[in-house]
Amino acid sequence: MGVRRLLRGWPAYRQLTGGDPLGRGRAAMSGRTEALRPRTDTADRVVASVCPYCAVGCGQQVYVKDERVVQIEGDPASPVSRGRLCPKGAATLQLTTGPARHHEVLYRRPYGTEWERLDLDTAMDMIAERVIELRRATWEWEADGRRVARTLGIASLGGATLDNEENYLIKKLLTGLGVVQVENQARVCHSSTVAGLGTSFGRGGATTFMQDLQHADCIVIEGSNFAEAHPVGFQWVMEAKARGAKIIHVDPRFTRTSALCDLHVPIRAGTDIAFLGGLIHHVLTEEKDFREYVLAYTNAATLVSEDFRDTEDLDGVFSGLDEAERRYDPASWQYEGTDVQAPAGDVEQLRDQRLRDAASSSHPPPGHAETHGAGGPQAHAGAPSDPTLRHPRCVYQILKRHYARYTPEMVERTCGVPRETFAEVCRALTENSGRERTSAFVYAVGWTQHSTGSQYIRAASVLQLLLGNIGRPGGGIQALRGHASIQGSSDIPTLFNLLPGYLPMPHAHTHEDLDTFVAASRTDKGFWGEMRAYTVSLLKAYYGDAATPANDFCFGHLPRLTGSHSTYDTVLAQLDGVCKGYFLMGENPAVGSANTRLQRLGMARLDWLVVRDFSLIESATWWQDGPEIETGELRTEDIGTEVFFLPAASHTEKSGSFTNTNRWLQWHHAAVEPQGDARSDLWFMYHLGRRIKEKLAASTDPMDRMVQDLTWDYPVAGPLQEPVAAAVLAEINGHGPDGAPLSTYTELKDDGSTRCGCWIYCGVFADGVNQAARRTPHTEQDWVAARWAWSWPANRRILYNRASAAPDGTPWSARKAYVWWDADHGRWTGRDVPDFIPDRAPDHVPPPGATGPDALRGDDPFIMQADGKGWLYAPSGLHDGPLPTHYEPQDSPFTSALHPGRSRSPTRQLYVREGNRYHPSGDEPGAGVYPYVLTTYRLTEHFTAGGMSRWSPYLAELQPELFCEVSPRLAAERGLEHSGWATIITARNAIEARVAVTDRMRTLTVHGRPVHQIGLPFHWGPNGVVTGDAPNELVAIALDPNSHIQEDKALTADIRPGRRPRGPALPRLVADYRRRAGITEHTGEDQRP
Amino acid sequence: MTDSLLSGPEPDPAGDAGHAGAPPRVGFFTDTSVCIGCKACEVACKEWNAIPEDGLSLTGMSYDNTVSLGASTWRHVAFIEQSVPPSAPPVPAPEGRTELPLAGEAPAGGDLRWLMSSDVCKHCTHAACLDVCPTGSIFRTEFGTVVVQEDICNGCGYCVPACPYGVIDQRPSDGRAFKCTLCYDRLGAGQEPACAKACPTESIQFGPLDELRARAALRVGQLQAAGVAGARLYGHDPGDGVGGDAAFFLLLDEPEVYGLPPDPVVTTRDLPAMWRHAGAAALSLAGGLALSFALPAMLRRTVRR
Repeated sequence: MGVRRLLRGWPAYRQLTGGDPLGRGRAAMSGRTEALRPRTDTADRVVASVCPYCAVGCGQQVYVKDERVVQIEGDPASPVSRGRLCPKGAATLQLTTGPARHHEVLYRRPYGTEWERLDLDTAMDMIAERVIELRRATWEWEADGRRVARTLGIASLGGATLDNEENYLIKKLLTGLGVVQVENQARVCHSSTVAGLGTSFGRGGATTFMQDLQHADCIVIEGSNFAEAHPVGFQWVMEAKARGAKIIHVDPRFTRTSALCDLHVPIRAGTDIAFLGGLIHHVLTEEKDFREYVLAYTNAATLVSEDFRDTEDLDGVFSGLDEAERRYDPASWQYEGTDVQAPAGDVEQLRDQRLRDAASSSHPPPGHAETHGAGGPQAHAGAPSDPTLRHPRCVYQILKRHYARYTPEMVERTCGVPRETFAEVCRALTENSGRERTSAFVYAVGWTQHSTGSQYIRAASVLQLLLGNIGRPGGGIQALRGHASIQGSSDIPTLFNLLPGYLPMPHAHTHEDLDTFVAASRTDKGFWGEMRAYTVSLLKAYYGDAATPANDFCFGHLPRLTGSHSTYDTVLAQLDGVCKGYFLMGENPAVGSANTRLQRLGMARLDWLVVRDFSLIESATWWQDGPEIETGELRTEDIGTEVFFLPAASHTEKSGSFTNTNRWLQWHHAAVEPQGDARSDLWFMYHLGRRIKEKLAASTDPMDRMVQDLTWDYPVAGPLQEPVAAAVLAEINGHGPDGAPLSTYTELKDDGSTRCGCWIYCGVFADGVNQAARRTPHTEQDWVAARWAWSWPANRRILYNRASAAPDGTPWSARKAYVWWDADHGRWTGRDVPDFIPDRAPDHVPPPGATGPDALRGDDPFIMQADGKGWLYAPSGLHDGPLPTHYEPQDSPFTSALHPGRSRSPTRQLYVREGNRYHPSGDEPGAGVYPYVLTTYRLTEHFTAGGMSRWSPYLAELQPELFCEVSPRLAAERGLEHSGWATIITARNAIEARVAVTDRMRTLTVHGRPVHQIGLPFHWGPNGVVTGDAPNELVAIALDPNSHIQEDKALTADIRPGRRPRGPALPRLVADYRRRAGITEHTGEDQRP
Repeated sequence: MTDSLLSGPEPDPAGDAGHAGAPPRVGFFTDTSVCIGCKACEVACKEWNAIPEDGLSLTGMSYDNTVSLGASTWRHVAFIEQSVPPSAPPVPAPEGRTELPLAGEAPAGGDLRWLMSSDVCKHCTHAACLDVCPTGSIFRTEFGTVVVQEDICNGCGYCVPACPYGVIDQRPSDGRAFKCTLCYDRLGAGQEPACAKACPTESIQFGPLDELRARAALRVGQLQAAGVAGARLYGHDPGDGVGGDAAFFLLLDEPEVYGLPPDPVVTTRDLPAMWRHAGAAALSLAGGLALSFALPAMLRRTVRR
């Protein structure tokens, strides 16, 4: 028998006796081939997970065999990705199992030159000791006579790719310790979104979800490179295109997105407000607004105070500007009939006035613009209005006057967009908006990362409100966020100025108790009226039984802000020796933040630094081999910073939730245990907190009381004592008086009977079921797919969807029906959870004196806004104006064509400091030394600061070197050769890059003359499989006053052929340029006569 | 008989390779008109097949740093930047002079086009690599695809010059020949190939070949009707020089623009003719040789009489 089988296995025998005489198929198959099985079939288990890269949040399936991950691919059941992955998602196996990951704790002693091994337990103990010591040494009970109860000696940065549960513990522990300098990538990425969308509509997140794009009749992608940065999400644009939608891409470069669009509009980087203002002008002049929508759902008819003066009246500024303080008093911006007529300046004074009159507004403190998701809570609910829209002080007329000069000619002059192209965009948008058709806007950091970033988003919001696209299917504004859970790290948040759910962090005030705090921040009308319930419930989650009505629910334990403590302020605090301890958790500021040289110099002044990441990123090794070591500016032996490197667990090694750009919370399950010393950030924060609390348990020092009161009781499981992430999510969701999980935020009470870690996430654990872990395949649901994951708030997928119906509750059209009033049942119904009070009739008028949600009318779709309306004009909430105005970027080759005497925003945040010098701009002498516009961007193949892509060979080989993109004319002008080298110089630093000469970079005609733009992808740094200089070396710190976000999308630079100098010759080159340009510490400020 | 063995119509390659009761033939339809050039296909393929990284250098060829298919690249995305001149001639300026575009720059008012296309092994109906493989390593699977058996391949390299598309190659560190398997192991378990699963815009479509061909015909008709003049199918025709490809394409320009041969022919097509000629030559030689001995003998006999 054995002989026969042997014979039958012999290919030659099979060839002679079987149906394959030539031996080209069946006969030639070897035993190995016959036995082939895919490892997706032979795995022990398949675990549901979510991609850790961008915010599309593609579903992933993780295959495990013998306790090792053997394959990761897309999850076909996911409604947003349908099984697809981009190159980064497809490289997740290499990311999580490849050789680039570290698994051992490394330690650098002060002044040391090498890394040493350190065991994890010792490292944790040392870190806990350092936190306690430094906290004690830098503790301040008061600042300027007001209680602050905090330390500015410790700071933390990260992380937008961490789980919500991890960000929750980071914020909770650090806030509990009195640390206010808590930030993450959301600050430098989409903070402008929170301010811009929040003030316009009430919540600072995308108003719709990506799959909804398939229903758009026109899509404008601007400030975004959708196909490159969110490839899998882009499939929904392709669906729209297949149905005949017009797709327009407005971008300084012709990118992979442009290649698939119907129209590419090249634009000068930094001029989108002029472009959008031009569109607004067109809509208003041609009366193409959706009039019924505008009248019923926006504040178009509301009258504004007669003290208000527009930029058209005051040559580029609004009324109320204090030039010296670089601040506005927004009192004159208010609606008519509010009582506030406060003098400019003092925050305290304005606040008192606000407290005296609950309906008036006041000067919002720094960071306030992002609170509430709005920042504009104080507007009077019942201001006078003119429904005929003719009154000169109604918002509609103010809008018309404000944008009167944003003509197609002005757009051409300022943006470099030819009139015919601009007209095409006008036509496409207006023809595709109204009852029967809707248009969508999609944007990302091309809009947010400007010194007027919040106003960019405001401009799009104004336009979409005028066109009647908000809250409607195929409409809305999709703010494409960039990291796996950056929406979460904004919601939870690890941001200095916010508490979970966009509650404001309290500022230092004399005698501020909880009631005062709430009174100053809540709205009279709408759901922010219930602010006390949200705040008390949060305090109960943080302080548990220690929080009682008698002690104001431990409100006094919270540290107080005294200004801006954003990441950039923290870097300056490090340079000034104030901040001495720093945590970096999955963030790499030495590559990813503006002015990377200052980031590193700041870290060189720290006592200690804790870095948690997969590999030895630049922010962990700068002391050994960073650029300043190369130039000689720093010497390793002279740097006293103690550095701990703790390897981090990957998303396959921990359970938790990510919140994607659809506002979905998606749960990912742990597939395997982490190896070696690698631990999750949940483990790190929990055990750090546990150790600190243990060490302080017996203390009688009053500054430790708040730490002792902090609840820190989470169950742990497994051999590594990993905290149970679901328990943290349950705390975030909240519990009722009986300890049962809450189901909706309307259950929250202000008497201490409920606890809730983040009120907008209340409902994610409804009925004790982890709603974020729901994975009903999209094939078993409609296109809204409400049974996949859970979106905030209350699982609503399109926000403000009351606006998809007319004031009488019927859909605007059958084609665009989404949510409508069911009169028979007395409820709102439709394709989504109504973003409205379920049984409030469309014609409901609230009784006089009603407050909070009770004060909402049946036609107030924007239920978070103080007047229930979308804000065309923002009477409060933003520091730089109620209406978006075009200003030039901080560094610009041009003076503003609109307001030549006021080129730049008067309230932008400047940091005058050596190492952060600005350029002369426009007609200022020396501007020609940096004659070209520079813009930074992303490539599909890499991910942000490169920590998750430059170390993966499969991604590194796709884009191995830093290159700059220039037009043929610029190349000719500067003698640049394709594939050669170039050096790019600003006043901050100089870098080198390979050259790509391409027609995709257009030379534009602006102000009648040609202007060249240089493009730089920002992913490179000196560490990894592929290395290069970091373009953020070139970027200055100049910030948007609302969001504190840097301007890296439009600056100026010079470029010349050849590699850059090495060693001390590099700073000499940069200094030489500054000298030639005549740069002083005053360059870039506004010289007022 | 030899006609269908090496060239000409071949409706059932799997069946004719000894696979009785084979499933329908499968392949790829790559619609490059919706490709966003993301290279997810390149990475998904490498991850699934554990293919090594093969080159960390900037090529300067637009966004293509992969360059070509090879032993360690089984999906390759090509990028072609094109400046299309405006359809109407430039309008003369009032003085009668015409505004000409500067040399080396896209003409004002002209359109930019960026073609992107994911190339792959064609899994030809008549596969020369398979025909010339001396060890039986390369074989025709039951799905009609062409696969290299790594455990059999001896690295002789005959297949490399045989391929009319220049797909298959030898891995320098290894010696053996490697190429796309159309994820043969996944097909066996009813799963789609890794690249098709990953593709964000479904530029790469996988399925039964008949279905794909029908879909492609509809799609190219749709594009042409919409005025996309250059839209055409490539490798779809069973009557072409390789008998049609299981992996065929919708292109927006000439194949040469994408680096593809315009008229690929299976390099073994002329083998029968060549052997016939060789045979004829041998016979002629043998015959001539025989004659050279026989003739004088015949002549001598005639002379003796």
